[in-house]
Amino acid sequence: MTEAFLSIENLSARVAAIGTPILRSVSLKVIPGETHGLVGESGAGKSMIGKAIMGLLPRAIEITEGEIWLEGRNLLDMKRGERRRIIGAQTAIIPQDPLTALNPSRRIGPQMTDRLTHILGWAERKAQVRALGLLEEVHIRDPKRVMHSYPHELSGGMRQRVLIAAAFAAEPKLIVADEPTTALDVTVQKQILRLIAELKAHHETSLLFVTHDMGVVAKICQRVSVLFSGRIVEQNEAASIFSNPGHAYTKSLIQATPRYDRPDESLLPVDPAILEALDREIATHDRQQGTADG
Amino acid sequence: MVDRHKLPMRLWLSGTWITLFVAAALFAPFIAPHDPLAQDLLYTNLPPVWISGSEPGYYFGTDSLGRDVLSRLIYGARIALVVAVIAGGGACLIGSVLGLFAGFFRGWTDVLISRVVDIWMAFPPVLFAILLIAVLGTGLHSVIIAIIVIDWTRFCRVIRAEAMQQSRMEYVESALVVGRGRFGTMLVEVLPNIIPAIGVLLSLEMGIAVIVEAILSFVNLSLSSDDATWGGMIAEGRTVIYHAWWILVFPLVALFLTVLSFSQFGEGLKERFDPVLK
Ligand SMILES: Nc1ncnc2c1ncn2[C@@H]1O[C@H](COP(=O)(O)OP(=O)(O)O)[C@@H](O)[C@H]1O
Ligand SMILES: [Mg+2]
Repeated sequence: MTEAFLSIENLSARVAAIGTPILRSVSLKVIPGETHGLVGESGAGKSMIGKAIMGLLPRAIEITEGEIWLEGRNLLDMKRGERRRIIGAQTAIIPQDPLTALNPSRRIGPQMTDRLTHILGWAERKAQVRALGLLEEVHIRDPKRVMHSYPHELSGGMRQRVLIAAAFAAEPKLIVADEPTTALDVTVQKQILRLIAELKAHHETSLLFVTHDMGVVAKICQRVSVLFSGRIVEQNEAASIFSNPGHAYTKSLIQATPRYDRPDESLLPVDPAILEALDREIATHDRQQGTADG
Repeated sequence: MVDRHKLPMRLWLSGTWITLFVAAALFAPFIAPHDPLAQDLLYTNLPPVWISGSEPGYYFGTDSLGRDVLSRLIYGARIALVVAVIAGGGACLIGSVLGLFAGFFRGWTDVLISRVVDIWMAFPPVLFAILLIAVLGTGLHSVIIAIIVIDWTRFCRVIRAEAMQQSRMEYVESALVVGRGRFGTMLVEVLPNIIPAIGVLLSLEMGIAVIVEAILSFVNLSLSSDDATWGGMIAEGRTVIYHAWWILVFPLVALFLTVLSFSQFGEGLKERFDPVLK
C-alpha cells in the first residue's frame, strides 16, 4: 500500500455562528500520482474540502474536529506561516471561475511567477522562463504576448489555460481542481479536461478533482468519493463505482450524467425520494454524533 | 452601451475646463492683466468690455472698489485649487487608507474604524463645520481642516465596501497561499482595483471642497473679503447685483463650471472604468 500524499481524517466543519454542519467526518486519501474524484451536487461541501486543505475556509466556518495530513504532517497543528509555506510549495488550485481567479489590474506574467519568486525564492528571470515554458505546455501559441496581457484581453478558455499553467509551475505534488471546466463553453471544456490530464501525467502530480459530473469522473479518476450534504456516502475505485454503485444516491448521480456523445438526451433528475432518505440518514447520524459528544 | 458615445464627450468637456482652471491657478501671475487686490476708485463698477461705458483692459469689468474682476477670478482659481487639492486630497487619503484597512483586514480593525465612522456621521455636517471653525478660528487653514475632518468618512465608507468586495476575490486568496503577506496582498492585489473608485470619489470631493470653501467665504468664515476668492466675490456682488451684475455672475459661473466639471469628470471616470473591472 502506497503512503497517501494527502490524508483527510474525520474532518468536520460548521458555520460557527449558527452551528450548521458543513462537513461531517470526511475522510479521504489521495496517493501519489492518483486522480481522486470528489463528486456531489452543488452545495454538498466540495469546495469547502478544497479550501480546508488550503487553509482558506471563510471566516464564518470553523473546523470542529479532524486532521489534514500532508506528507506525514498535520496541517491543522501548524502555525499559520509554516502551513502557508508548505501549502504554497506542495499544492496548487485550479479554480472554478477563471474570471475571479486572476487580478484584472495585473499582467498575467507576474501573476504566474508570484508563487515561484515568493515561495520558492526564484529569481525573477528564472521564474519568467519557467512561466513561458508552461504557457507553451498548455498550448498557448504566443506565450510572450500572453505574459504581457491583462486578464480581460484573454478569452475564458485562455485564462483557464493560464491558471492551469500557473498551478503546475512550482511542480506541486497535489493539485486541487475545483470544477475547473464548469464556467467554460462545452467545446472548451473537453480541451481543458484533456489538458489537465495531460499535464498531470507529465508532471506526475496527484489530483483531487472536484466535479458534479460523473462523466468526467469516468474519464479521468482512479478513485471517487461521493459527497452528499457534507458527508461521504460512498468511496471506491472509479471502475467499481460505475459498474456497481453501492449507494442509491451514487446510482442516481450516474444516471443524471450528461453524455457528451448524446448531448440532446434529457437528463434524469435525482429521485427526490433518494434525497429524502439521505437527509433522514444524515439527521440520524448527526443525532448519534450529538449523543456521542454529550 | 449608448453611453459609449457620449462618454468621451463628458470626460473631454469637463477635462478641458479642469485643465483651464488648473492652468489659470498655476500661472495666475502671468495671465492676470491686473493686480487682483489693487483698488482704483476712479474705475469702480466698470462693466465688461463689450458693454458701453467700459474701459479697455478691464475685460470683465471692475468691482465696487475698482478691482479687476478677471484678475480676481484668476487668482480665485488659485484658492479654489488649493482647497480642492489639499482638502479633497486629505479627506481622500485619510478616508481611503482607513477604509482599505477596515475592508481588507476586517475583524477588530473594521469594528473600530466602522464605529468611528458611524459616530462621526451622526454629527450634522454644517453644524460640525461651524463648530470646528469656531474652535480653529476663521481662515483658509480652518476651512481645509474642517473639510478633511468632516468628509473623510465619505471615502472611508465607500472604499471599505470596495475593499471588502475585492478581498473576496479568488486571486486575493491565492496571493495569500503563494506566500505574499497580508499587507503586501492588500497593496498589490486589492489596492490597484480600488484606485478607479478612489479617483471617482476624489473628483467628486474636489468639487464639494471648492463649493464648501466658496460658501464659507460667502459667509465670511474663510479668507477675508479682501482676498480674491470666488465665494467672497459672490458675496460682494450680491449687494450690487442691480447695477453691476458682472461682479456676481462671473465668479458664480466659474464656480458652477468648476464644481460641475469635477463631478462630471468623476462620473465619466466611473463609466469609463467600470466595464473593464466589473
Ligand atoms: N461563507 C459561508 N458561510 C456560511 N456557509 C457557507 C459559506 N460558504 C459556503 N457555505 C455553505 O457551505 C456549503 C458547501 O458549500 P460548497 O463547498 O461551496 O459547495 P460545493 O459542493 O458546491 O462546492 C453550502 O451549503 C454553502 O451554503
Ligand atoms: Mg464549489
